[in-house]
Amino acid sequence: MFRQYLCEICGHIYDEALGAPQEGIAPGTRWEDVPDSWVCPDCGVTKSDFGLCES
Amino acid sequence: MKPLIIVGTGLAGYTLAREYRKREPNVPLVLLTDDDGAFYSKPRLSNAFKDGKSADQLLQMPADEMAKQLNATILTGVCVSMIDPQANTLLVDGQTLAWSKLVLACGANPVRLPLAGDAVDQVLSVNNRLDYASFREALIGKRSVVLLGAGLIGCEFANDLAGHGFAVTVVDCAPHPLGRLLPVEGGAALQKRLEQAGVRFRLGSSIARVDRSAASLKLTLDDASVLDADMVLSAVGLTPRAELATAAGLAVQRGIVTDQMLQTSHPDIYALGDVVQIDGWVLPFVLPLMAQARALAATLSGQPTPVHYPAFPVTVKTPACPTVICPPALGIDGQWLNKTLPDGWRGEYRSTGGELHGFALMGETAIRDRLLLAKQIKDWLPVLPHLSTTECLPA
Ligand SMILES: Cc1cc2nc3c(=O)[nH]c(=O)nc-3n(C[C@H](O)[C@H](O)[C@H](O)COP(=O)(O)OP(=O)(O)OC[C@H]3O[C@@H](n4cnc5c(N)ncnc54)[C@H](O)[C@@H]3O)c2cc1C
Repeated sequence: MFRQYLCEICGHIYDEALGAPQEGIAPGTRWEDVPDSWVCPDCGVTKSDFGLCES
Repeated sequence: MKPLIIVGTGLAGYTLAREYRKREPNVPLVLLTDDDGAFYSKPRLSNAFKDGKSADQLLQMPADEMAKQLNATILTGVCVSMIDPQANTLLVDGQTLAWSKLVLACGANPVRLPLAGDAVDQVLSVNNRLDYASFREALIGKRSVVLLGAGLIGCEFANDLAGHGFAVTVVDCAPHPLGRLLPVEGGAALQKRLEQAGVRFRLGSSIARVDRSAASLKLTLDDASVLDADMVLSAVGLTPRAELATAAGLAVQRGIVTDQMLQTSHPDIYALGDVVQIDGWVLPFVLPLMAQARALAATLSGQPTPVHYPAFPVTVKTPACPTVICPPALGIDGQWLNKTLPDGWRGEYRSTGGELHGFALMGETAIRDRLLLAKQIKDWLPVLPHLSTTECLPA
């Protein structure tokens, strides 16, 4: 099952199913495998400012 | 064709430009800024220190690349000094530019306390990437830092610096940290955690003077007691950069007055971000700014779209005490219902009818509920009546 991670600063959602193809992150990429240098495409904060969406 | 001009290349200006380009790839777009126009993430300024990030490492994209990406003209290092609301032009470094629509995304400046003493010029504040560069440089070889202001940004810097081995004292006239956002119990819980992380607090006091002393700086408090510090960082609030709008005769109170479409009192001038005031509120946070940018991009491309403000939980970046606050809107009659948890604290702001209007969560257990609670808060700001231009043009 794919998970979603929420940017706690701006509300952007990283969805593992979709990845972030525009930044070279393929669909299906697990959060753990997103490089630490990746930043939120909307507000620019780092992975540590994202939290798991538990619904 | 006259361009859309955006004044400001902070998160507000750039996010609007990005959203606008998704809808209008070709309309001429000009952005003006008095800084270097580099894209960076302002929220990172108050927790980048412990990660050892330099100001250069925080730069995410220089202005020329932003210009390419946005298919826009970006003029950097230029100050807009005047807006002519009759001619629909502005003056920037002696040059007159005409606009079809103008957007003011000018942000806010740090408030400076009226201090006495011969070292007032040594008091720093960090409100952009270049400030951060000076701040980091000034910290080299220093040990102790006094922070003025126990608000969101003050607490974040305090945690960041204490975590890095600095002796940090926070001074605020309020009786507890985050006084404007939290009830007493919540503030006390945060204070305790930050104290455990090494931060000292001098609450209920304010600084009167900053003077040079042999070794460093000497701060005199209003009760005449003295604090020594190598450095003083001020984080006592922000004030919208609304001077341009005021001089142009636009309606300005605390910030530039806008309606739900972010239209100012001039039909072709809009504003968003830290510089605006909406329904009496200044909302200097990223989440509302994102909602504003999306709606305004639609409005500017011919689809009038009022901004919808969902509840916006603000994360306080204090690792010593993970905290999320969703402040209740002004004027909601209700009270805080508090609960102390083994690893934190939780407060819910409910109206007399029991409806949830705001909350504050501290500690790992409590903050898990942030989304669940945020979903229960529907209309954070009630729908505003549309301001007609005649109503709010200054007499
Ligand atoms: C240290 C710190 C930490 C923060 N942390 C958080 C957080 O964790 N979460 C959160 O939600 N918010 C946070 N915020 C607030 C958030 O960063 C701001 O709300 C947001 O960045 C404001 O963006 P803006 O574009 O409106 O303003 P700014 O970023 O201030 O941009 C204003 C722009 O306008 C330009 N400008 C102004 N006047 C003129 C003129 N006359 N001529 C030319 N150019 C002009 C400036 O040069 C600048 O480019 C933080 C703020 C600070 C300072």
